[in-house]
Amino acid sequence: MTSQRLNKLTPYMFMAPAAIIMAVALLYPLGYMIYGSFRDWNPSQTIGESEFVGFKNYITLFYDPAFRESLSVTLTFAFAVVTAELVIGVGLALLLDRNIRGMSVLRTLFILPMMIAPVVVGLMWRYMYHPTVGTFNRWLKSWGFEGVDWLGQHALLSVIIADIWQWTPFIFILSLAALQSLPRSALEAARIDGATAWQQIWYIKLPLMMPVLIVTALLRLIDAFKVLEVILVMTEGGPGLSTEIVALRISRTATEFRELGTAAAMSNYLLILLLVLTLAMFAITRLQEARAARLARQIQEEG
Amino acid sequence: MPQIRLDNLVKRYGAVQVLHGIELDMAENEFTVLVGPSGCGKSTTLRMIAGLETVSDGEIYIDGRPVKDLDPKDRGLAMVFQDYALYPHMDVASNISFALRLQKRPRAEIDAKVREVAELVGLSDFLARKPGALSGGQRQRVAMARALAKDSEIFLFDEPLSNLDAKLRGQMRAELAIMRQRVQKNMIYVTHDQIEAMTLADRIVVMNGGYIQQQGTPEELFKRPANKFVAGFLGSPPMNFLGATLVREDDMLMAQGAAFKVAIPADTAARLPTSQTSVILGVRPSDLNYNSEAPDAEAFDLRVKVSEYVGAQSVLLCECGSTDITVELKSETPIALGETLRFALRPEGIHLFDPKTEMAL
Ligand SMILES: Nc1ncnc2c1ncn2[C@@H]1O[C@H](COP(=O)(O)OP(=O)(O)OP(=O)(O)O)[C@@H](O)[C@H]1O
Ligand SMILES: [Mg+2]
Repeated sequence: MTSQRLNKLTPYMFMAPAAIIMAVALLYPLGYMIYGSFRDWNPSQTIGESEFVGFKNYITLFYDPAFRESLSVTLTFAFAVVTAELVIGVGLALLLDRNIRGMSVLRTLFILPMMIAPVVVGLMWRYMYHPTVGTFNRWLKSWGFEGVDWLGQHALLSVIIADIWQWTPFIFILSLAALQSLPRSALEAARIDGATAWQQIWYIKLPLMMPVLIVTALLRLIDAFKVLEVILVMTEGGPGLSTEIVALRISRTATEFRELGTAAAMSNYLLILLLVLTLAMFAITRLQEARAARLARQIQEEG
Repeated sequence: MPQIRLDNLVKRYGAVQVLHGIELDMAENEFTVLVGPSGCGKSTTLRMIAGLETVSDGEIYIDGRPVKDLDPKDRGLAMVFQDYALYPHMDVASNISFALRLQKRPRAEIDAKVREVAELVGLSDFLARKPGALSGGQRQRVAMARALAKDSEIFLFDEPLSNLDAKLRGQMRAELAIMRQRVQKNMIYVTHDQIEAMTLADRIVVMNGGYIQQQGTPEELFKRPANKFVAGFLGSPPMNFLGATLVREDDMLMAQGAAFKVAIPADTAARLPTSQTSVILGVRPSDLNYNSEAPDAEAFDLRVKVSEYVGAQSVLLCECGSTDITVELKSETPIALGETLRFALRPEGIHLFDPKTEMAL
């Protein structure tokens, strides 16, 4: 081997440990799951003893009304929370983007929910939603209203509210950062051009924040598809299947129904969904970069 | 065609006062240039007129109407910012037409206006571009076009040329002077570049440390600076200042320094209070001419320390006793470093300042 060849290989040698760890920690379980999803596999068997069934797990799931229900709950949940969080988070950021005394304290308070462990959030809200001793119903009753069956009749809405409470701050801080990095003088120019506060938001601030908002929304969407703990603690997916999101159904299929193959197939469906979203996100960033690069080239050509 | 009047304008940031009672009257269609060193409060004054900064004290009148508490949009003005402040997500045409679209003007009128001002500033081929795809000079033109499209009566400029390279700045300065002739409006222009100030202004306002030092036509300020600061600020290379005592010799008043003694013209001498014994003598490099035959009482003998070649002229840094003096000299004049040369002083070129108050005498 010549020293030149050796030189070329050096970087790969340094990368090897990381690559090996990645392969073991990431690719192995993934491959295991994909392999398992094609088998009729019971937890008491080793994977080698299980029977190969081809796409049976996927096909069964595709026609399984319970899985479809669970998928639709997940989609409803994810899109509802992300939409609401975007509206509230961006709204709050627009409202609090000013220099008033005490604003930094207020901002810190706003992002507290995000720092609480999801299980704790679930427990907290479960207590607050309790039909008789819960905070909400006690308030309602003290004001002379009927109590609401939060985690029964309105279970999905209730978990959506809890998630909004926890994750709006995420959108809020990112929007606030985006807002504060907007060109100040362009906003001043808009004021001189005659834009009202609303027109400044609509025509200048929101369009300029859009790239950040799109990426933030996609991140939240991906996260919302995988939410588990809060709902597990609050409703365990019930009543019925009304709050049984896919992540919860996967864990039940594996533990209660003891169908590891089906659970793996379900995970793969979820994975495909997330993959599509992630690719969409990359595509958007790449598009933006490509556009910026094209503009830079255009300027250069003109000298 | 409004008049603008600043009445005892004060700006405070917390305990710090940055403007100390600015008094200024701007006539109709006047091109006023605020000029001064960095941090003297030019931008603050302009931004207060625009309504982007609050007024701590005093009042701003536009056409006799107090406007201190009006929103920027209700003051009827247009502004060009130092960093152009274009809307990055809008193409050039949308940038220019933004104000008109907010006013809900008819589509056809807006299109016509955009074409008209784009033509005026030479942007017609770039209407569909975003600002990110324009060069600095082109962005500058868009900012100008956007201000023109509004048909405001008052134009404010905050160092609009300072982000351009020297050559482009000269070109844009000339274009601005041409535009100025076509567009008869009130313009207030902030700059720290004295060439811009001298070439564009009807009236120059020299500021320093939050105070107005002097205002007047460029010629007035150049020929009769009110104090040492203004004298030193305007003119390039800057005026030389030399400490001198006044001595009387055969009915002639002479200013005597460490290595010179020059006669003060009779009319200037007549103005001086008799109690005045010492002065600061101010002499612009352009008022000193190389002339070995000059009489003693109208000349400086200077020893050349450094010669800076800048083309047809060279700028010489010379020694006169213990102080340094800059003079200009045609580059072809054969001189050697260390040589002592005689420079004749034009009698009109003598400026005297009080050493304590630094006011002109
Ligand atoms: N927000 C602020 N808080 C405190 N001081 C400020 C603030 N803005 C400006 N100043 C001070 O006010 C003074 C005047 O500032 P201004 O921007 O008007 O200067 P300028 O004459 O435009 O200078 P330049 O030529 O550098 O632009 C400066 O000393 C600056 O430090
Ligand atoms: Mg400034």
